[in-house]
Amino acid sequence: MEEVDVTIKITDREGVLHEVQAPTDMGMNLMEVIRSFELAPEGTIGICGGMAMCASCQCYIKSEHELPEMGMDEDMMLAEAFYVEDNSRLGCQIPITSELEGLEIEIAPESEVE
Amino acid sequence: MIKTDILIIGAGPVGMFAVFEAGLLKLRCHLIDALPQAGGQCSEIYPKKPIYDIPGFPEVMAGELIDNLAEQIKPFEPTYTLGERAETIERLEDNSFVVTTNRGTKHNAPIIFIAGGLGSFEPRKPPIPNIKNYEDNGVEYIIRDPEIYRNKKIVIAGGGDSALDWSIFLTNIASEVTLVHRRNEFRGALDSVEKVSELYKKGKINLITEAEVKEINGDLKVESLLIKHKTKGDIVKETDHFIPLFGLSPKLGPIANWGLEIEKNAIKVNNALDYQTKIPGIFAIGDVNTYPGKLKLILCGFHEATIAVQYAYNIIHPNKRYVMKYTTVNGVTGFDGETKKAEAAVVKSIT
Repeated sequence: MEEVDVTIKITDREGVLHEVQAPTDMGMNLMEVIRSFELAPEGTIGICGGMAMCASCQCYIKSEHELPEMGMDEDMMLAEAFYVEDNSRLGCQIPITSELEGLEIEIAPESEVE
Repeated sequence: MIKTDILIIGAGPVGMFAVFEAGLLKLRCHLIDALPQAGGQCSEIYPKKPIYDIPGFPEVMAGELIDNLAEQIKPFEPTYTLGERAETIERLEDNSFVVTTNRGTKHNAPIIFIAGGLGSFEPRKPPIPNIKNYEDNGVEYIIRDPEIYRNKKIVIAGGGDSALDWSIFLTNIASEVTLVHRRNEFRGALDSVEKVSELYKKGKINLITEAEVKEINGDLKVESLLIKHKTKGDIVKETDHFIPLFGLSPKLGPIANWGLEIEKNAIKVNNALDYQTKIPGIFAIGDVNTYPGKLKLILCGFHEATIAVQYAYNIIHPNKRYVMKYTTVNGVTGFDGETKKAEAAVVKSIT
């Protein structure tokens, strides 16, 4: 059977590094991978479900991988997110494909609410 | 004190549908929600997004689903406490509960349904180091009374509808309105963006784009802000108020301290039976609950609500028998006595 997993290195919000095997054939995105491996507490990531409408899945891309271009929704959501850096992306907008083998990311801090 | 049979905390789709199922058993419901309107995330975050997995609806807009639910539960006359967050719960001697909101509104019911989704929606706070020191001393995350800004200088931060709409509205009240946003583009409705642009050209709104508020300064209250511009460097802006409007995010909040069993930011329930929490009389349905195999789907929440209501009936009427009835057979009889049901078949002989 053809190997369809890619290895992704994810640093969680506590600074702990996890190396996970993410499937490329399940239509998953990076936010869903983080959730499926429970690397961020439920209710603190993917709040909008993955519609680029909440920025709770903001990640910093640490490796040089070529990622899909940022769409308007993601760009505008990041314009209102906190702790944004030049390498910020929304995990929900990054589909898991074989090109992502070896991707290294860090989950951005959770934004505080009143 | 507001009295009801089932007090539902959270007026999202699942809380709303619980009103329908309760109504079929002649139980009355009252709903509390921190948002000013019913519908939860469907109304607040994604009203224009289509949902494809509501049984029988190949495609339905989230906002439309809420409108339909509101229509569906109308015969059962639900009442609401909106814009208030359920804060505390106490149990009375008769075993009923009193839930008090952050504004002090008291509600009494023998049964509580927590249908709070991911929690109550609270404003997101920008990570400015000393912002907490100025909360209610010039920093407001929600505009409750626009009059406090009369003849004052204000700075609003954000790029969505809320930031745009309040900037427009407050030009007629405040002595000076400044809108700060990290980009030149705004995400809000086109009308609002155009209106802000027009007011900017007329000199009624100061627009500082590609910039971010980094520091708040002042003795006891807000006096000035340090705004960092992408290319022009630091700007010091004198102001009386700083209003960051960066949208809302859900937080389980005070419910987490109600003595319920919390796991993964959700409330553990008995899914083998009735979706009751460890406190008898308090049920949790929809995204707010957890159990082995839990799926956070609206359609699963509808099922949970239906089951929970049957057991709630047993608690309210321990000695009363009933059997679940099909709406196709009996129709739906509202609390005003009116029945909506299928027309009887016409029997006519051929002569």
